[in-house]
Amino acid sequence: MDQGTIEALVRLAWLAGAVGFVIGLIRMNSPATARNGNLLSAGGMALAIAATAIFVAQHGASTTAWLIIAVGIAIGGGLGLYAARTVKMTAMPQLVSLFNAVGGGAAALIAIDDYIRLAGEASAIPLRVSVPTVLDIVIGSITFTGSLIASSKLQGLISGKPIVVPGGRLVTIALAAIAAAGSVYLFLGNVSLPVMFVILAAALVFGVTMVLPIGGADMPVVISLLNSFTGTAVAMAGFVIDNPVLIIAGALVGASGAILTNLMADAMNRSVLNIIAGGFGGGEGTVAAVGGAGGSVREVSADDAAIQLAYAQHVIVVPGYGLAVAQAQHQVRELAELLESRGVDVKYAIHPVAGRMPGHMNVLLAEANVPYPQLKEMEEINPEFERADVALVVGANDVTNPAARRPGTPVSGMPILDVDHAKSIVVIKRSMGRGYAGIDNELYTDPKTGMLFADAKEGLASLISAVKAV
Amino acid sequence: MSAELADLLSALTIFVLAILCGFAVISKVPATLHTPLMSGANSIHGIVLVGSMLIAATATDPLSQVVSLIAVAFATMNVVGGYVVTDRMLQMFRRKPAARRPAEAAADPAPDQPAGPSGA
Repeated sequence: MDQGTIEALVRLAWLAGAVGFVIGLIRMNSPATARNGNLLSAGGMALAIAATAIFVAQHGASTTAWLIIAVGIAIGGGLGLYAARTVKMTAMPQLVSLFNAVGGGAAALIAIDDYIRLAGEASAIPLRVSVPTVLDIVIGSITFTGSLIASSKLQGLISGKPIVVPGGRLVTIALAAIAAAGSVYLFLGNVSLPVMFVILAAALVFGVTMVLPIGGADMPVVISLLNSFTGTAVAMAGFVIDNPVLIIAGALVGASGAILTNLMADAMNRSVLNIIAGGFGGGEGTVAAVGGAGGSVREVSADDAAIQLAYAQHVIVVPGYGLAVAQAQHQVRELAELLESRGVDVKYAIHPVAGRMPGHMNVLLAEANVPYPQLKEMEEINPEFERADVALVVGANDVTNPAARRPGTPVSGMPILDVDHAKSIVVIKRSMGRGYAGIDNELYTDPKTGMLFADAKEGLASLISAVKAV
Repeated sequence: MSAELADLLSALTIFVLAILCGFAVISKVPATLHTPLMSGANSIHGIVLVGSMLIAATATDPLSQVVSLIAVAFATMNVVGGYVVTDRMLQMFRRKPAARRPAEAAADPAPDQPAGPSGA
């Protein structure tokens, strides 16, 4: 085969890869076809990469070049495979963020490499080259450091609380201004390596100062947004090296990521802008506004709670963030099975944002072998709370707060689970500490509610042994 | 119209159509699938590996070689890790309640135990 034919075949393989991505994403919209969709997408990726290897061979790459590619793939592939296979399901969000960081980093590096090369050769760089190059560097760098910070926050390497430095917002704005001014200078046709590096540095620091003031519970939306950014950076890299498959895949992820970010923010009843503006919860002022909830708290022992559960007909379990943090998904499944063996009907009420990110709780419970049909989404389960003898809340807070139905509180308008409609309520929680919204939960002072103060894992373990003893 | 401008315009055409396509493919996704879908989209931008391989192929000076090595390693980590982790998540959704337990309990170590050899 001559060179032209091979190149045509390579381009067709890239196109086939892109088709795989699109159909894969469509199939991931529904649980039944999702896994198949992901495999299809992976197949498209493998095809595109194999075609690229043929393309590189066709252009007579040096031994050094092959060595770089082989070593790079071995290191990156090994690390990626190891991390993906060994990560605990509870640590999933920060790993996705880490993978997003390296993707954005790779996109930025392509543009940096290209710019260094061009700056050595040309005295003027046309707009159609400088615009995507600079955009790739800026967006890719912001994603790189921003995702690393998001990942560290979720991993607990740095505080998950919003970190607000006095004047921090001014620094962020100043960095944006520096990057913008540098970009305009380069767009005007000037060629300058130092200016490129100043833009790079400003964008890297911007990523840090952008994510630091955002609270840990908002990280899922931030990660999704940064994911969309990476897609855009990759599309820009496609313009830089004139490669259609990068443009297609990058634009696809950029756009679908933006939609997904909005869906996630909607599920949390927040706007994306509001989240980026940061500082929600944990701040002063939000707490005092509510007050009035007062009321006394009734504490229950594990034995009392176990008797309630064991003699109930319908029990609804409400798992939340605390369960995810304590990794108590196996204990909750064990308790549910124990109750079922006594003839109790057990269901799980899953709030859209239960766990550490949307859909995370489903993954955790699925991992613990909870039968999928027992997991009920909010709209489906809410009418059933009236018939539930006991609602068992494990480490969920704001998503159960009846105050959300009234205007004027930080959680107002947030969709909640109607836990307070149950005949009685048992809450396993470590302390009366406030949730992410920073307000008291009126559910805890409800006369129907008994509080079992314990870590989710210990509390469930004591319930399990108490139910066994009944 | 110069050939370069024509190239740019066709690249721009692809870009805009792909964006519209991206908007269209995410429809009414149940919240259940938000995390896997985000992770799946995350793997797709690992396509940057293609670009990283292409710059590695033409890298001649040491700086360029180092930059492209890091780019290839980063991008491969994105691709491999992204797809594997997404598959791990989705595999759990598919489990039929009837066919679980004994066989799997042996194959799949509980996460709170130290990772056994099968976990690596």
